Amino acid sequence: MVDTYRDAKAGDAPIIEVAAVTKSWPREGGGEVTSLAAVDLTIRRGEFVCLCGPSGCGKTTILNLIAGLEHPSSGEVRVRGARVEGPGPDRTVMFQESALFPWLSVRSNVAFPLEMAGVPKAERDARVERHLRMVHLWRYRDAQPHELSGGMRQRAALARALVNDPSILMMDEPFAALDAQTRDVLHGELERIWVETGKTVVFVTHNVREAVRLGDRVIIMGTRPGRVKRDLEVSLARPREPNDRDVASLSAVVERELKIEIEKVIREELDDAWTPAGNGLPRDSHRGMGDGI
Amino acid sequence: MAFLAILIAAWATASRLGESYLFPGPDDVAAALYTGFKSGILTRAVAKSMARLLVGYSVSLVAGVALGCALARVKLVKETVGLLVLGLQAVPSVCWLPLALLWFGLNEMAIQVVVVLGSLLSIAVATESAVNTVPPLLVRAARTMGAEGAALWWRVILPASLPGVLSGARLGWTFAWRSLLAGELLFVSGGLGQVLEFGRELHDMALVLAVMAVIIALGLASDHLLFGRLERRMRRVWGHDRR
Repeated sequence: MVDTYRDAKAGDAPIIEVAAVTKSWPREGGGEVTSLAAVDLTIRRGEFVCLCGPSGCGKTTILNLIAGLEHPSSGEVRVRGARVEGPGPDRTVMFQESALFPWLSVRSNVAFPLEMAGVPKAERDARVERHLRMVHLWRYRDAQPHELSGGMRQRAALARALVNDPSILMMDEPFAALDAQTRDVLHGELERIWVETGKTVVFVTHNVREAVRLGDRVIIMGTRPGRVKRDLEVSLARPREPNDRDVASLSAVVERELKIEIEKVIREELDDAWTPAGNGLPRDSHRGMGDGI
Repeated sequence: MAFLAILIAAWATASRLGESYLFPGPDDVAAALYTGFKSGILTRAVAKSMARLLVGYSVSLVAGVALGCALARVKLVKETVGLLVLGLQAVPSVCWLPLALLWFGLNEMAIQVVVVLGSLLSIAVATESAVNTVPPLLVRAARTMGAEGAALWWRVILPASLPGVLSGARLGWTFAWRSLLAGELLFVSGGLGQVLEFGRELHDMALVLAVMAVIIALGLASDHLLFGRLERRMRRVWGHDRR
């Protein structure tokens, strides 16, 4: 349905391998909750991969496993062939809330990972300046996080995530709390920065349009238990526009896949009487809302 | 200011109505303050009490924050010492004085034990809850940026707990101050508490009220100049005033 715009990727070396990973937690009062069941996922160097699925599909868990913040119950997560044992400087995470430290200025927040890595002061300053300029926040370097808008805070968080030059950038619904206009602008900037820096990006979202707009691949995840349902290659030309016809039509395809999963979640949350059809507005001649115009 | 003036005027009127040696007026108290500071009795007492307070309070601040962190993060400590802390909090610190006197004798150590026990626990409890309420997101973010162990504590968990620790420290300061005066009242010590006791023995109520005025002034000053300033600064940096 879409033109292939690159297929050389297949030969690239995998940078992240998630191999037969399950993750379960003990349930309160006995038993186990399975969050991920036998997930296999290979991500190639420089790829922009979006994990997309309803809540509870384990997309954030996959991110945490790659980040080393959690450990798989079975299976293995490998980064560049080495098993992930904990967080490392080659992988950073950006969260839905900026997670900037409120007691530090923007500049000190961005310098934090460099300080942890023991980078000398002069180099630290240079790198902080370069990255703050990259996200257009240099003017606000001495501001406190609370003085910034939501979008600016995410810009600062992005600068902080990239300042230590990680090869993998993980993003956990980073723009979900922003208004649509700000989000559009940041999509464009993220795309630009990704092209400039060549990072591998793993991007978690429940916003299908966002996933298709940004990703080289969209991994559609299913729930109960969490698993990979479909792995879509998105070969639309870049830079993409949010309202591109191709983006919209591919989004519709993904939407359809996801709808089944989302309905499954809703059915479990509500009672059996709920049906997707019975929930919509009936389309008859009286309530056509201008259908015939 | 106007409120203060009215209060002093009411006090002056009231003292005229009663026996002046039982309820001295503001003029008597002012005179007692003047002679007290001029003769050096009050000056020395204030210096002595403040020096004690600073030593005892520093100890309980450091130990209280450390204990609070341990209570929050070490399960074994929480399950053992945690219960003890809650129980001991019910004991007014001056109750330790008889025991402390027997253990350490009639000296500085005994009174410092009372001061430390009076403020340490409240600082520890406040620190514990502050550490427990540090947003887990900040800790996760810090860990992905390479902060582990001591760096994580110093650079993230403790700064993030600062608002709670600060209010605990403020509370601890008033507890330390009260414990100190209670302790000084009960045995010969050379501090403000002793001057208070001295005034009682001499039926010099003007002196007693003068000491109380000094205590109030010191309390207000430390709250405004030290804790108030720290808290205002923190609120400005964190942006708490804007919410």
